[in-house]
Amino acid sequence: MIEVRGLKKNFNDLKVLNGIDYKIDQGEKIVVIGPSGSGKSTFLRCLNLLEEPTEGQIWIDGVDITDPRNDINKMRQKMGMVFQHFNLFPHMTVLDNIMFAPVKLKIHTKEEARENAMRLLKRIGLEDKANEYPNKLSGGQKQRIAIVRSLAMNPEVMLFDEPTSALDPEMVGEVLDLIRELADEGMTMVIVTHEMGFAREVGTKVLFIDEGIIKEENTPKEFFENPKNQRLQEFLSKVL
Amino acid sequence: MSWMEKIAADFEKTFIRDDRYKLFVTGFKNTILITVVSLIVGLLGGIFIAMVRYGFSQMKKRKPITLPQKLVYAVLWVVDKILALYVAVMRGVPLIVQLLIMAFVIMAGFPNKIVVCCIAMGLNSAAYVSEVVRGGINSVDAGQMEAGRSLGLSAATTIIHIILPQAFKSALPALCNEGIAVLKETSVVGYISVVDLTRASDLVRSRTMSAMMPLFFIAAVYFVCVMVMSWGVSILEKRLKQGDRG
Repeated sequence: MIEVRGLKKNFNDLKVLNGIDYKIDQGEKIVVIGPSGSGKSTFLRCLNLLEEPTEGQIWIDGVDITDPRNDINKMRQKMGMVFQHFNLFPHMTVLDNIMFAPVKLKIHTKEEARENAMRLLKRIGLEDKANEYPNKLSGGQKQRIAIVRSLAMNPEVMLFDEPTSALDPEMVGEVLDLIRELADEGMTMVIVTHEMGFAREVGTKVLFIDEGIIKEENTPKEFFENPKNQRLQEFLSKVL
Repeated sequence: MSWMEKIAADFEKTFIRDDRYKLFVTGFKNTILITVVSLIVGLLGGIFIAMVRYGFSQMKKRKPITLPQKLVYAVLWVVDKILALYVAVMRGVPLIVQLLIMAFVIMAGFPNKIVVCCIAMGLNSAAYVSEVVRGGINSVDAGQMEAGRSLGLSAATTIIHIILPQAFKSALPALCNEGIAVLKETSVVGYISVVDLTRASDLVRSRTMSAMMPLFFIAAVYFVCVMVMSWGVSILEKRLKQGDRG
């Protein structure tokens, strides 16, 4: 479903990604961990071209999205993205935040989009916040709304860029619960996170990215119980 | 003559004799007309310039590969450079000089001088507005653009519906200043014989040989207009506050 080949990314002289090859199948939940500055977020952001790769190809459903002849806007509709800082639109109500893209891109009519948005809000128990502005919400509520905003586009893949890193500790749970639910429903996901327990529980594969390459890739059990790479061993000894 | 009688006589001479108040009324109407039209031209032009330049700066992030992409890129590159030059010239040449050039060179012989004023001042204001809007756009968190694009929205849709409304809000105080500046700058249109408020006071002063009454009067009128504008903007600002950052 997603195939990455020879992915490199430089920011001017700084080499962030130094050749990443990876293949993600439908329904997989890939958790990416690594020290800060290792390139894990850049890797995720390359997957929907928020960062333009310096080299390499990325295929989504057999379409090379790095080829400028392909319509990246169409490809992004299939890929939801959730950001560390939520990035809700502060000048729109919660409902409009969720409805805006599906209506604008003519995926739904206004009525359908509204119905769908209300159904999603009900699912996360926030239907009473539909007409509030984002500044009235807690971080956990904002992030859950950001997640359903992506879901409103019916994506095939969800990308999570440290979705709980900006949250107060007591709100981490509600966001992880929602992500876990999506995982159980079979959504394909790539998650960059520092929540090791969550990585172990939800991931089908865990990747360790360091110095711009994948240093280790394994099932969660092997990854955490039996790490082979020395950098990973050091990293885990610090965070676990 | 007591000082009160002096003032009364001055008032009579300045406003009532020969129906001179009519001159002030005409002047006031023209000042407002030129201000409003110039501001509309400036606002539309300025937003257009800012959007094109911001859109191009976004486009630069993705290298053009196919021929049509390269053509669009090349055209936008030229347009961007022209707009940059335009802004630099408009900000670098005194408004009076621009007005004189417009009236006696570019639009020489055009019968309606008020239209000339509106065009000259509108084009000048557009340059300033574009910089104000650009500042507003830059103040919007980069995550907003990313959120819009990640949902599959085009750059243009994201700019118009996500970025600009937020940029406009943070640019509002500076835009208000620009509006006030334009109102006050209209006082130079007398240079090309348009009768605005200032020119009207000049005409009256040259007849009555009395300076204080007409000058203090128009100063007060300008001042009240500026106060009204600031008040209007502060109401608008309050209404926009409801969806503040979060």
